[in-house]
Amino acid sequence: MGDHHHGPATGVTRWLFTTNHKDIGTMYLWFSFAMFLLGGFFAMVIRAELFQPGMQLVEPAFFNQMTTLHGLIMVFGAIMPSFVGLANWLIPMMIGAPDMALPRMNNWSFWILPPAFLMLASTLFMEGGAPAFGWTFYAPLSTTYAAPSVTFFIFAIHILGVSSIMGSINIIATVMNMRAPGMTYMKMPLFVWTWLITAFLLVAVMPVLAGAVTMMLMDVHFGTSFFSAAGGGDPVLFQHIFWFFGHPEVYIIILPAFGVVSQIIPAFSRKPLFGYASMVYATASIAFLSFIVWAHHMYTVGMPVAGELFFMYATMLIAVPTGVKVFNWITTMWRGALSFETPMLFCIGFLVLFTLGGFTGLMLSIAPADFQYHDTYFVVAHFHYVMVAGAVFSMTAAVYFWLPKWCGRMYNESMGKAHFWISFIGFNITFFPQHFVGLAGMPRRIPDYALQFADFNMMSSIGAFIYGASQLLFLYNVIATIVAGKRVSDEKVWDGAEGLEWTVATPAPYHTFEEPPLVPKPAGTI
Amino acid sequence: MACLAPMAAAQNQVNMSPGVTDIGADIFGLHMLIMWICVVIGVAVFGVMFYSIYAHRKSKGHQASQFHESTKVEVAWTVVPFLILIAMAVPATSTLLEVYDNDEAELDILITGYQWKWKYEYLTDSGEPVSFFSNLATPQEEIYNTQEKGENYLLEVDEPLVIPVDTKVRFLITANDVIHSWWVPEIAVKRDAIPGFINEAWTRVNTVGLYRGQCTELCGAYHGFMPVEVHAVSREDFDAWLAAKRGAAVAQSELAKQTLSVDELMAQGKDIYDRSCIACHGAQGEGGIGNAIAGSPVVMGALPEHLAVVAKGVSGTAMQAFGAQLNDVELAAVLTYQRNAFGNNTGDVVQPGDVTGMKNG
Repeated sequence: MGDHHHGPATGVTRWLFTTNHKDIGTMYLWFSFAMFLLGGFFAMVIRAELFQPGMQLVEPAFFNQMTTLHGLIMVFGAIMPSFVGLANWLIPMMIGAPDMALPRMNNWSFWILPPAFLMLASTLFMEGGAPAFGWTFYAPLSTTYAAPSVTFFIFAIHILGVSSIMGSINIIATVMNMRAPGMTYMKMPLFVWTWLITAFLLVAVMPVLAGAVTMMLMDVHFGTSFFSAAGGGDPVLFQHIFWFFGHPEVYIIILPAFGVVSQIIPAFSRKPLFGYASMVYATASIAFLSFIVWAHHMYTVGMPVAGELFFMYATMLIAVPTGVKVFNWITTMWRGALSFETPMLFCIGFLVLFTLGGFTGLMLSIAPADFQYHDTYFVVAHFHYVMVAGAVFSMTAAVYFWLPKWCGRMYNESMGKAHFWISFIGFNITFFPQHFVGLAGMPRRIPDYALQFADFNMMSSIGAFIYGASQLLFLYNVIATIVAGKRVSDEKVWDGAEGLEWTVATPAPYHTFEEPPLVPKPAGTI
Repeated sequence: MACLAPMAAAQNQVNMSPGVTDIGADIFGLHMLIMWICVVIGVAVFGVMFYSIYAHRKSKGHQASQFHESTKVEVAWTVVPFLILIAMAVPATSTLLEVYDNDEAELDILITGYQWKWKYEYLTDSGEPVSFFSNLATPQEEIYNTQEKGENYLLEVDEPLVIPVDTKVRFLITANDVIHSWWVPEIAVKRDAIPGFINEAWTRVNTVGLYRGQCTELCGAYHGFMPVEVHAVSREDFDAWLAAKRGAAVAQSELAKQTLSVDELMAQGKDIYDRSCIACHGAQGEGGIGNAIAGSPVVMGALPEHLAVVAKGVSGTAMQAFGAQLNDVELAAVLTYQRNAFGNNTGDVVQPGDVTGMKNG
């Protein structure tokens, strides 16, 4: 280390060449927000077309490109990188490390993302249009019947897979090797725990996704027939491989969100997390179960009944550790001293709406009932309750919670609360009616629909415009905070916050914990 | 069959329909059971949370207690949900086993998904085979808002599937191109149609009626435009319908050996054009997704090439192969129509025998 305490380099090279976990975290966060706005714009196109029955704004083929890119960009461009950004900022500060274990790889894992998404977005301007086979890209629609741009899509998936794997290796190496003396595993903040487990999930399943798209590439260009029955292959094989990646993927998205909520709820309850150890075990159980439930996405492909029963039982089991988590959060709030700043509001919103999404998930796990739910708007409603109200709400809570620590300025609380309420109401107007149209028989991924679905779809579209607009308020609030927010200088920005990141100066200096800290026994641990 | 009252789906329906089969009713019961269990758990859990939000506020001066960790509590809220899940799994398992009981069907129907229509084939032991395509019947004008939308907008077909009530009907489901999924909510059947594989599903409809559904697996641009329409009729009506269908099939094959008048060919050709070609080639043959038919060099050119394009499609484009979907009479009619409509006026008359001859080399 020596004595050359230095700040960041100046100019654009600071960002291009940086190996600083805070800089890289910041870039991840801004990049993911840009992708969130882009994916959100695609969602607005979808909802505008679905505002009324009949085709008004776009053609069916373009509509499919919108649903596909919306899904891909939200999952891979917005939610995943946002949590990687959060991990970059927080994990070293939470475990008392000076930086990530592999800082140069960290730089690389971020900087390959923007070209990948640029390439993915550029397919919109290619002949034949962008990928139009849904974010699940089932073969043979995505192979034999795909537009030529599928090759660019495959390349983009490979790159972002590489990025995720590098990011995960970095997190695992950091957590395993860089903890301050005394920071034992069972003293780590839950956010670190959930990310450690998530990183293992990523390392396990991203190569499977890479395998799937490589097989697609071979089918498209090199005459193989992995997914074509005519050549001895199997289109259902694609779905097995995809969901072997895809189901752990949804936990990759939600586990860090659980971690965030487990940090914020105790802070605003001014009370330690009720069951720290059981939260860790529940997270690990969910991660394990995530590997043995994939075919519940495929109940209608014609699996043998024994397979259906196995996947149904295994899927139902996930309700147990998930329930443990929800009960623990609520018991943490019980008899605390609650206050309701914006991060807490988003966490309570998360708790209510994620649990609702969990309930519909339990309903979907019941195979015979799923025959009626499968591929309808009921499923669309379900996964937006867990992805948006789960992952995105908790990510938003995280930004409000740690932003003052990052930039030394406090956001505008009334604007934050307005953002919460508009988001909460807009979200529910958008997605609650989708349960109804789904149960009444509206399939997903259709650009036009029968007349009996018209009223709820119009409601859904209005809600989506409200929810979309509220994100601009969020953007404004964050920029206004960074530029001209009220200065804060207490190390502990929130009186109830616990953890090493609250022991460093505010705003967090460019380098923290160059000397390992003394680890106090964090409240709430054994 | 004209006396069938169309069962319009209720406006703003908010729940699953129990449908018209015993299995559908079982599934509906299961759905409601699990939903109510979730509602009860939700009310209890959120009740506690909202009470806490109301009573344990810092702004009211509530002091935080510092309790945490209790193995007893953790075990309780692990074991109790587990028991509730077992209670759910029991009825779910029995319903699932029933859904999978494909044996002893009295009627087998092969369903094949095409981009973007369904083909139905009645697999009967004797008699002329009966098979036909079922296409969206909603006109383009309704979809593109130049004409008022009908009551069954996007849920109506030119030729529905007809099945008898009180009969175990087995569906053998497959696809010709990409994966589709055949779904009719009210008869509680949803099964993926996968190219190269044949899936099984079955139903026994209790009530005469008309039931509508849609394709539920994304299958390309017009995924939203391939509905399913099922007419469940009495056993007698079904037998009469099947006999009439067979008669029509025999008549068609007889027709293929005859020479048809220009008027007959043009009339049938227009029907086929309006059903199968119009979406891509336009109502006046002006083109759209596909090339213009009016003045097309293919249509005005040599007959064998024209037939080849229609029958075999053009690979790498949206032009499908219609050879398997249209019989020789229909091909002759649509070729004649295209060669004489829209100002093409070639004066060519294509007879079914010409098509048969060209197909055989």
